[in-house]
Amino acid sequence: MATFIVKRFFQFIPVLLGISILVFFLLHLIPGDPALTLLGQDATKEDLERLRNVLGLNEPLYIQLMVFLKNLFQGDLGISIFQDTPVITLISTHLPATLELAVVAMIIALLIAIPLGIISAVKQFSWLDYGSMFFAQIGVSMPVFWMGLLLIIGFSVNLNILPSFGRGEPLLDAFVQTIQTGNLFYLVDSLQHIILPAFTLGVMSAALITRMVRSAMLEVLKEDYIRTAEAKGVRGIVVIMKHAFRNALIPVVTIVGLQFGNLLGGAIVTETVFAWPGIGRLVITAISQRDFPVVQGCVLMIALIFALINLIVDILYAIINPKIQQG
Amino acid sequence: MELSKQYQTENQTGTLPKKGFDFKDFFQLITQSKSVLIGGAFVLVVVICAIFAPVISTHDPYEMNMSERLLTPMEDGHILGTDQYGRDLFSRIIYGARVSLEVGLVSVVLAMVIGVTLGLVSGYYGGWVDTLIMRVVDIFLSFPVLLLAIALVAALGPGIENVILALGFVYWTNYARIVRANVLAIKEEEYIQAAKTIGSNDFRIIFLNILPNCLAPIVVVATLGLGTAIVSEATLSFLGLGIQPPESSWGWTLAFGMKFIREAPHLSVYPGLAIMFTVLGFNLLGDGIRDLTDSKLKRN
Repeated sequence: MATFIVKRFFQFIPVLLGISILVFFLLHLIPGDPALTLLGQDATKEDLERLRNVLGLNEPLYIQLMVFLKNLFQGDLGISIFQDTPVITLISTHLPATLELAVVAMIIALLIAIPLGIISAVKQFSWLDYGSMFFAQIGVSMPVFWMGLLLIIGFSVNLNILPSFGRGEPLLDAFVQTIQTGNLFYLVDSLQHIILPAFTLGVMSAALITRMVRSAMLEVLKEDYIRTAEAKGVRGIVVIMKHAFRNALIPVVTIVGLQFGNLLGGAIVTETVFAWPGIGRLVITAISQRDFPVVQGCVLMIALIFALINLIVDILYAIINPKIQQG
Repeated sequence: MELSKQYQTENQTGTLPKKGFDFKDFFQLITQSKSVLIGGAFVLVVVICAIFAPVISTHDPYEMNMSERLLTPMEDGHILGTDQYGRDLFSRIIYGARVSLEVGLVSVVLAMVIGVTLGLVSGYYGGWVDTLIMRVVDIFLSFPVLLLAIALVAALGPGIENVILALGFVYWTNYARIVRANVLAIKEEEYIQAAKTIGSNDFRIIFLNILPNCLAPIVVVATLGLGTAIVSEATLSFLGLGIQPPESSWGWTLAFGMKFIREAPHLSVYPGLAIMFTVLGFNLLGDGIRDLTDSKLKRN
């Protein structure tokens, strides 16, 4: 196991380097003079020169790359052109909101997907199965932002029971405050703000996980040990949950891990729809302001988290299923 | 995939395959699936809308009429109402099908060309070439695809060409991986060894002997990829990074509709419905073709 983890970790290092190099070259994809594009045609020569110095554009490309990697290694992602603040500071203030949204979205996705997937497999070819698969098909075909708009129309515009934008207190803080004061206001307010964006973000993952749970359960339910358990008179629910679902978990864990990474990507759109103050909204605002160091920093940070999640999923998968280590 | 298996069987009987993909057989196969038929019907409707947009649309999609702004569906002869500039929403959605299909098709072809070529080279040559290409694939897979597309369009600038480039550039990895996996199996076949023995060059073997045997999985990935590309284009346009006005894009129409979500919620409903209908069509079609090819493979 230790050998596998070390090997997998060493494979991760070139990927990290590759991600960094790809993000570095994003700035150089800007057509023409990046400084002129970022500051606009009205910029003075002095401003342009200052920005070129800030971005290091006057140096040869390989020097720029070395400096970028060196700064990155030291945790320096540059300075925001628009806000004159270190990018890492901006990211650290926005990232918790995105992680909170992604975690709640994943909880919602699992709450929907696991029962649906299990019922769908156990009642294969029933109307419940067809209904679940219809939900899954619609879930993967529906654009995330449209789902968000429909929920706003339904719950904010028509029913007027949930807010359509913004974030309440951070959920953990609200929870602590509620315990300390016994006042439910902050917790309810936080939940009211997060429920629509989290549901929007979670639906696509729910659809994909439902499919995976169903197909994994169908495979397991055909196994001899399930028939043996049934023949021994074990209760149906015990067979399904203890014997079948536990064994179906291996592929499900993988897709859950990968989906968590995808939620970070999907958060960009969801945060824009619901004005959620996370890293996704920070990226979109930075793009509209042509604040490229912030764009680079955010893209890099999300990609690094995504790659790290993939690494953890691989290791977890190997722990659950030792056959993988041999491969 | 099923076709490569078929050749394996033919090979055992001593027949050297001449071509790898029988379209007649393929189309006979796909008409047996409900998923393919329903998905195909959805896609056909969208294609018809795109081709015959001038005939189907009831108004000029670009004509502004401020006296008719934000009309509700079926008001004053506007089937789905009008937008904030008084433009007919139904006609804009019909014309939007052209943009979505164009971006979807061209970006999928671009991704396919890049991915299939690299997958063929990677699988056929192996060694350091394979390692290098697969590490690049790993790097691309380390990004959430939408994030990478957003970052690329942010650098290149908005517009239809840049959206196509960005989507082609982020989705090629699916093709590279699936083609490489197929090539690794196919290149060990006897007919490939025979082709090498009679002196066929690598280019000929790769493109005339191996590629035709990888077409079935490529068709599946491309069909599913069309739906993904259409959603991605709509998402980029929704974020203001994709197709720019006055061009009629479903994502852009939704982004504008969001500003009038209280006064005119229909602006936020119908373009999304069009996107979902189209993507559902491609997904059903792709899933159906995949199930059929997989089941035929199992039967063989």
